[in-house]
Amino acid sequence: MRSRAMSTVQTERAISVTVNGVPREATVPVRWLLSDALRNEFGLTGTHVGCEHGVCGSCTVLVDGEPTRSCLVLAVQVDGRQVTTVEGLSRPDHQGGQVLHPIQEAFRECHALQCGFCTPGFLTTIAAGLDARDASVEITEEEVDELVGGNLCRCTGYANIKKACRYAAAAMRESAIVATKAQDGGAR
Amino acid sequence: MTTKLFGEPVRRREDARLITGQGRYLDDIGSSAYAAAFVRSPYAHARIVDIDVTAAVDVEGLLAVYTYEDLVGPMAEPLPVLIPHPQLTAPRTGYPLAKDVVKHVGEAVVMVVATDRYVAEDAVDRIAVTYEELPVVVGVDAAREAGSCVHDDVPDNVAARHHQETGDVEPALAASPHTLSFTQYFERSAAMPMEGKGVHARWDADDSSLRVYTSTQASTSVRAAIAAKLQLSLERVEVIAPDVGGGFGVKIVHPWPEELLVPMAARLLGHEVKWSEDRREHFTSSAHERQQRQEVTVGYDDDGRITALDVHIWHDNGAYTPYGIIVPIVTATQLVGPYVIPVYRVQVESVFTNTVIVTPYRGAGRPQGCFAMERAMDRIAQERGLDRAEVRMRNLIQADQFPYDHHLTFQDGRPVIYDSGDYVGLMGKLKALVHWDSVEERRAEARARGRHLGIGMAMYVEGTGPGPYEGGHVQVLGSGKVLVSTGLTSQGQGHETVFAQLVASELGVPMEDVEVTTGDTRRFGYAVGTFASRAAVMSGNAVALAARGVKEKALRIAAEVLEVDPGDLEIDEGLVQVKGTPGASIPLRTVAVLSNPLRYAFDEAAKQATQFAGPGDDSKPPVAVGDAPGLEHTDYYSPVRSTFASGAHAAVVEIDPLTWEIEVVDYAVVHDCGNVVNPMIVEGQVHGGVAQGVGGALYERMAYDRDGQLQNASFMDFLMPYASEVPDVVIDHQETPSPLNPLGLKGAGEAGVIPGSAAIASAIEDAVGRRIAAMPISPTELYDLVRSDADQVTNVGPKTTGVLA
Ligand code: FES
Ligand code: FES
Repeated sequence: MRSRAMSTVQTERAISVTVNGVPREATVPVRWLLSDALRNEFGLTGTHVGCEHGVCGSCTVLVDGEPTRSCLVLAVQVDGRQVTTVEGLSRPDHQGGQVLHPIQEAFRECHALQCGFCTPGFLTTIAAGLDARDASVEITEEEVDELVGGNLCRCTGYANIKKACRYAAAAMRESAIVATKAQDGGAR
Repeated sequence: MTTKLFGEPVRRREDARLITGQGRYLDDIGSSAYAAAFVRSPYAHARIVDIDVTAAVDVEGLLAVYTYEDLVGPMAEPLPVLIPHPQLTAPRTGYPLAKDVVKHVGEAVVMVVATDRYVAEDAVDRIAVTYEELPVVVGVDAAREAGSCVHDDVPDNVAARHHQETGDVEPALAASPHTLSFTQYFERSAAMPMEGKGVHARWDADDSSLRVYTSTQASTSVRAAIAAKLQLSLERVEVIAPDVGGGFGVKIVHPWPEELLVPMAARLLGHEVKWSEDRREHFTSSAHERQQRQEVTVGYDDDGRITALDVHIWHDNGAYTPYGIIVPIVTATQLVGPYVIPVYRVQVESVFTNTVIVTPYRGAGRPQGCFAMERAMDRIAQERGLDRAEVRMRNLIQADQFPYDHHLTFQDGRPVIYDSGDYVGLMGKLKALVHWDSVEERRAEARARGRHLGIGMAMYVEGTGPGPYEGGHVQVLGSGKVLVSTGLTSQGQGHETVFAQLVASELGVPMEDVEVTTGDTRRFGYAVGTFASRAAVMSGNAVALAARGVKEKALRIAAEVLEVDPGDLEIDEGLVQVKGTPGASIPLRTVAVLSNPLRYAFDEAAKQATQFAGPGDDSKPPVAVGDAPGLEHTDYYSPVRSTFASGAHAAVVEIDPLTWEIEVVDYAVVHDCGNVVNPMIVEGQVHGGVAQGVGGALYERMAYDRDGQLQNASFMDFLMPYASEVPDVVIDHQETPSPLNPLGLKGAGEAGVIPGSAAIASAIEDAVGRRIAAMPISPTELYDLVRSDADQVTNVGPKTTGVLA
């Protein structure tokens, strides 16, 4: 953390933000980074800080669905917005449990993580990318490169992270095809 | 039958928590801890004239400020030299907080503790330190010239002179039909894990005990260091490595100043204190590696067979030597690789510079050694007009020459005797994998596209799994759960999975029943640490031996109950049963309950066990002499010497003649780490190592200026590979089991990085037809090289010895 002000008095401000679907209120020093607010105020330590200068991508969260480096945003800037962290990537299933996002499953299946420190940033970024594309279309290598290209990982050499993207995209494609078929069937 | 686990790509059990944000890394611990921050030296070499803290005092939330003056007892003494060596004649270490003089930018001078890190840094900003600058030494060449010195009492800047020889090299060179000599440089890089270091400490005043979490590769040794430095009895200190976000060597160094200062403050303040290193701190106050100047003379015959090798290395050890001379010794002894070298002499001068300390980074001196040896092979091939693969083939140690004694002394003080290997096999597989013999077609095809294509290769042998020991503890509970612990730590290698695989298959229980703990001194007190590709070899064998001990005891107890011979029993899926007799069985968890003669019926397991318990023999004690209650066993694995893994890499590069951008288009790896426990994890280690190898060859360098300022201390400027810089890697395996340990394992952690610079330099030379004398190489340097008139452009070297022009 770098100190942002010489003042010894920390100006604070109240913010309301929806974090992983839950409305939250907090009073935070105005100089706090979003990453610090998530970790220290909201107790969501899945968001990791690898550089605090916007380069590694470990701290990536989704702000209104857009991948955002939480070390480059002040907490007060997300007042009134929706924030999704790695803890919020899984979805409720029909039995009252949680299902992992396909990219989370894929990371485990493809051994796309070692120490896991960079992993939350990759997961949020790739999940947003996969969710935004037409799942029924096969993913291209260019798309995969785009999804993984902005984050640093020191452990994996990226090969298995790329593999996980393909794996998740294929799983999502299968679901999309099944869903379309079911819809067609229902319409008939 | 229990599912086969050894050798299977079992998915990792660590992942469930790590993919959902439930991991627990250092900075995730202790949300109410006070925060520490440091005033660090802005100068590479200076005398501290004054420290003025008055302006900081009125920062609201400031709790304490510490300087050297506040350190007492052993804390006021220099930090330990972890690994002394008789040839390290001038060992030097700093103090936890600088005393009088600073010797590199980033050295800690003042520690501040405040309510949170923002406030702590407010105070740091207000502390004024007055310095008197002193002359600065940067780079091996400046250190050699010794125009000024880093330590007043070491005027030649030489910390150590290390020397080994296997014969009389000068006459051997004189008698050689041909000789050639060259000088080359290798640049500084760093481990650079995505998580920096960090320490959290909690003092329990009622119990007079300390619990410390630290992002370390060696928790048991940190514990001993804290106990000694803070004058606490060892059992009053517990140290735990939580989830660690990568290590690659830098976190094996201990104690880091912060690992002592944070616990000290927690004790003095009676409150939790935490420090999490930020990225700039990591660049300027942790550790780097790799810078060397190498002078190589090699003798060889008409066929390209080496007759003698003489190497002189100047190794930059930075400002201090807390980790001794491990890195240059590894270079010196691993340089010879898979080759027969009839006479070898190596001399190393390890020199001080006013830069961050140099300690092992994945590979730990091997990439430099490999670079020296493999560049020599390429030059011999060129001189003799031979294929580079052929020259290597002619020099390889043959499969029938094992065990092969190089007559050298390794980093652990033991002889360099290769246990097993098949280097000819590696070469054959590599040539097939990379289509070595059809490169000319590819070159022509690339030329048609206007690009220079080249291919290169490099081979290595890596001493892995050095001792002295690791231990394992296995315990079966009445619930059927199997607890496994070992003292060494994990930084992402998947130890929880691999050790569970080993114990489950040794014991015959489902893997789901096995729980593994690493790096927690509360669970296992004796350990060495995770480095030198030793975890699988050392702790893998230790937990397997411990599991065998548990099995033996379980069969003994079950045999009594079932009234059969233990030899007739087997354990399968957690059931002890008579081989070939269905029905005659007892669950292992029941055996666990029976193993303890005191069994209050707290639970169903204990109640059930009573039906098996016989009346007992009144004439004998309930616990026999030499026996112990409980179904558990502790064992240690301690090898006579290291195992030696090996491999061969090849790189294909394409170079754009307009921009001189270098692209690695193919990368092939043949790898032999003995028996493989989990091939998925081993491949992952190779992938990660290769990425670091490519980074070290083409992008990463610590750019110090002449004043000792690190000019690229951020991820923006120090270029680590993103996915776009890492080639696709094809891998082939060879398994030559080690005869030295029960499981036949050799280490796999570091191999991927070792031959990267050597193979890529070889490929670039092949593409452009010019000699490369310094790595890494940038497009600009390559452009300068091809435009230069000299046929051997060694003069790119001095430009890249850590001093920006
Ligand atoms: S921590 Fe935010 S990008 Fe690195
Ligand atoms: S898994 Fe360790 S940094 Fe990516």
